[in-house]
Parts: sequence; C-alpha cells; structure tokens
Amino acid sequence: MEILIAFAIGLLAACGLYLVLRQRTFPLIVGLSLLSYAVNLFLFASGRLAPGLPPIISKTAAAYTDPLPQALVLTAIVISFGMTAVIVLMALGAWLTAGHDRTDMPKGDDA
Amino acid sequence: MTDWIIVPVVLPAMLAPVLLLLRRHLPAQRLLGLAGTAALLALSLVLMAQSASPQLYRLGDWPAPFGIVLVLDRLAALMLVLTALLALIVHAYAIATGWDKRGHHFHALYLFQLMGLNGAFLTGDLFNLFVFFEVLLIASYGLMVHGSGRDRLRAGIQYVAFNLIASTLFLFALGLIYAVTGTLNMADLSVKIAALPPGDHALIRVAAVMLIGVFAIKGALVPLQFWLPGTYANAPGPVAALFAIMTKVGAYAILRTITLILPASTPAIGPLLTDLLLPAAALTLLAGAIGTLGAATLPRLAALAAIASIGTLFIALAANTAETTAAGLYYLIHSTLATAAIFLIADQITARRSATLAAGPRLSGMHAALFFATAIALAGLPPLSGFIGKLLVLDSLRDSAALWPTLWALILTTSFLMILGFARAGSTLFWNTTGETTAKPEPAALAAIIALVALLLALTAFAGPVTDWLALTAKDLHTPTAYIAANGLETP
Repeated sequence: MEILIAFAIGLLAACGLYLVLRQRTFPLIVGLSLLSYAVNLFLFASGRLAPGLPPIISKTAAAYTDPLPQALVLTAIVISFGMTAVIVLMALGAWLTAGHDRTDMPKGDDA
Repeated sequence: MTDWIIVPVVLPAMLAPVLLLLRRHLPAQRLLGLAGTAALLALSLVLMAQSASPQLYRLGDWPAPFGIVLVLDRLAALMLVLTALLALIVHAYAIATGWDKRGHHFHALYLFQLMGLNGAFLTGDLFNLFVFFEVLLIASYGLMVHGSGRDRLRAGIQYVAFNLIASTLFLFALGLIYAVTGTLNMADLSVKIAALPPGDHALIRVAAVMLIGVFAIKGALVPLQFWLPGTYANAPGPVAALFAIMTKVGAYAILRTITLILPASTPAIGPLLTDLLLPAAALTLLAGAIGTLGAATLPRLAALAAIASIGTLFIALAANTAETTAAGLYYLIHSTLATAAIFLIADQITARRSATLAAGPRLSGMHAALFFATAIALAGLPPLSGFIGKLLVLDSLRDSAALWPTLWALILTTSFLMILGFARAGSTLFWNTTGETTAKPEPAALAAIIALVALLLALTAFAGPVTDWLALTAKDLHTPTAYIAANGLETP
C-alpha cells in the first residue's frame, strides 16, 4: 500500500514537473494540475495510511484514522481548483492577445 | 479586547464584496475603498499600541494546538502598520492617476490583497499561513494583469506558474512537518521540534529546507528571484509599489521560521538554515546591484534595486542575533517605503516618455527631485533612512557574523555600484533630453510620492525611538517564551 502510494506520488510529480518545463501554456496547466494531485496524495499519506478506519467518532469503530490531513487535502483541492481557473483564463487572454501560447517573454521587448 | 485582532482580516473581507456590487459606481468605490484602507491603518495603530505582550485570538474558541489561532505580537503589529501605511498611500496614488479606471474591480482586488497580507502576518498556524498566502496571491494575480496588455499577461502567467509551483512545494513541506510532529500550530511546532527523537531529524531537516525554499521564492532570494524583475516591471506602477510589501511577507515568514519554528538552538536543525540563507542573501545583494548598472529600462532598474535591498535585509536576518534582527527590521521598513516610492516615480516617468533609458523629452523638476531623493534612499546615502539602516546592519554584523569583513566589503561595494547605476539612469533621463516638453505632473500623484519620502525622513529623524522599539521586538523574537505561553502551551 505504502509503496503503491509512493510510486503514484513520484510518477505524478515527475510528469507534472516535465510538463511544467515545456514552455507552452497548455502543458504548463496540465503539469501544475498533476503536481497538485501529487501533493494531495502526499498530504493524505502524511496522516499515516489506515485502510477501512473511520475519521469521525462512531460507536462501533475499533480505531480511527487521522481526520486532519483529509481536511487539509480538501482545502488544498479547493485552492488549486481556484488557481487553475485563474491561470486558464490568463492563458486564454495571453493567447488571444499574443497569437501564440509560448510562456517565455519575447526578446527585446520585456520591459 | 483580543477580539479586535481578527478585524484587520474581516474588515477587507466584508468590504471587498460590497465593492464588487458597486462596480458601476466608481466614485462610491473609491470613497469606500479609501475609507477601508484608512480604517485599516487606524486599526493597526490601535493594535500596535497593545502589542507589548503577545495576544491570542482563538477562531471558534478552540484551544491552541487543535484550533487555528491568530497571534498579535510586536512583529505582527509592525507588519500590519507598515502594510496599512503603504496601502493607504498607494491607494491614493492609484486614484489620483486614474489607474483604478483601467480595468474592473481594482478596489475589490486591492482589499482582498490586504486581507491576505494581514492574515499572513497575524496567523499562528502554518497551514493557515498557506491559506492566507493563496488569498494574497490570487488577489495579486488579478492586480498584476490589471489594465491588460500583451506583455503584462504573459509576465502574469510566468508569475502565476512560479507561485503555483511554490505553493505545491509549501504543501509538501507542510505534509512532511505534519507527518513528523503531528501539529501545525507554530508555537506547538517550536516545542515539539525541539524535543524530536534523533530518528526524525533527517525528515524535519528536509522539511525545513523546503519551507525556507518556499519563503525564499516569495522573498525573491537568488537563485529563486527570476520571477521578480519581469513581474514588477510589467505590473501597473501602483501595483508594483504595493508588491514592495509582498517580498517582505517572505522575509517575515523566514524570520518567524528561524526564530520560532526552527531556531538554530534546536538539535535537529542547528545552523543549517542560516548557513543556507547567508550566501544566498549576499548573492542577492550582488546580483541586484550589478543589475542596476545594466538595466535597460526604468521599471527594470527599480525592480533590480528592490532585489538589492532584499539582499541587504536578508544578510541582517540570516546573521540571526537580536542585534542584527533589530537592524534588519529597521532596514525592512526603509526598504518597503523606498521601493514603493521608486516604483511610483517610475510610473510617473513612464507615463510621460518611453521606459527605455535613452534620450527623451524633458521631464519636470519635481520628478527629477523625487527620483533623486529616492535614489539616495535606496543607495543608502545620508541624509535618508537607507544610510542609517545600512549603518545599523554593518554595526550589528561586526559582533554577530564571523565573516563580517567580507559582508562589510560587499555591502559597501554594492552601495557604490547602486550609486553608479542610479547616477547613470538619472543623468540619461533628466539631462539627455530633446527639446519637447511633457505633460505637467498631477499634484495629487506627486503628493503621494512626497508622503513616502516624508515617511523616510521621519524614519530618519525618529530613528532613536524606532530602533529602541525594534530592539524590544527582536528580543521577543529571539526568546519566544511569551509567544508560546500566549498560545497556552509550555516551553520545555
């Protein structure tokens, strides 16, 4: 279980990082999303992996899993969703005004 | 009385949506927005008067390590007052020059930005710090591309992408810290990390370096400064001036980290963080100062001067004793106000001629005088506060850093390089002129810049009382017993 999660985080982060370095807005946005998936999984695992245990108080539960990382992940998901929306809009604006989707600044006129 | 601590966050949060609804009524927006920033200033001053001992505000009344807390101490109060002061002046400037008319929702975004800044300075919880970082960043994305334009949008995307990667790194660091300690309250972390078993030391060191890396991105330390020149030079003038406080958020977070959360006295950390910060700070100062010599445009010159002043600030913070921290805080106030002033003047000048440092139409004498005053402040020449700030930093380094002769040489040489850079820019802008004249300066806009220069003068004139107060602040930071006790926790 731990090994599977660790591989998933590593793979997502590696793919995300590769895409971020592509200097085009579409791969950049996909890459940032992959990075945020990786970090969400990582945060989830930071409370220790405990399959089948409830995070909230119940009469029948023998043990509990840590509820705080789940709250942290929820916050992180909401924030990354908002941020993705912002960068998509800005990328669209930049593409419409500049005519292409490169992320580096043109030589000479980056004031 | 401690309920007032939440108001600097709640007030802009309530006012901003009202301004969104008033989007068709510019005069009402301006009036309410300006009243909001003025109220924030009054509020911060009241809070500053009560900040002698750290005070706690519990959100939802949950006790400290379980619930989120806001903590008001001297440092937080200082940052609140500085933010509000800068925000009020820049807000007035934005209205006087009509920058707020060039796109929608300037005032609402401005208040959301202040909400994020105030929250980041007040919070006593590391995850909550992340949340307020995101609040201030998402507002800054909107402000950064305010008024649109091709280059501004593309520089904006770089800025957003850089910060999103930094946020991801921040979350990785938080996850690691939580996995090792089981808490995210800053005071609780301070206690728990000091008592960590040796087996966990390696993990917490990894988390510590990632955390410092994130704050170094916010503070624009070399080698993580690449986002700053493009962003600041392409942002609208008043927004770049407000962003002068954004790099100081990084400085504030690093100061909290190396004094409270991960101090050098902790066995798990030792001098790891300050050993990393000091060379980075020295390189930042050097890169910024050399950059001012080669800057091709005026906004870029201002951005590189901002980087150089961050370098000096971080040298003082990285030396990490009570004396250097006090000197660093004085320099922080100076650097924020002076950087904001140079961006406002750059905005005045680029509104009248091309931004390129080459021959152009004649500018008014007032612009030249204000540029000259700000250049003196940034280069650190007497009689303005940059001189006293650098003197305090140099003096405190002598007893605190083993490498002080090298750092002295660096700070003095880079001051000279910056004088050269500003002299070159000033003589090209104001003396190498063609016959044409430019539009007269708007009196209200000039008044805002004069207010910033007057604050620098006041900081010089009242350097004695200010440094006394800052010495107390630094002493509290380096012995955080009261801060931890205010959280209801015990120092081991």
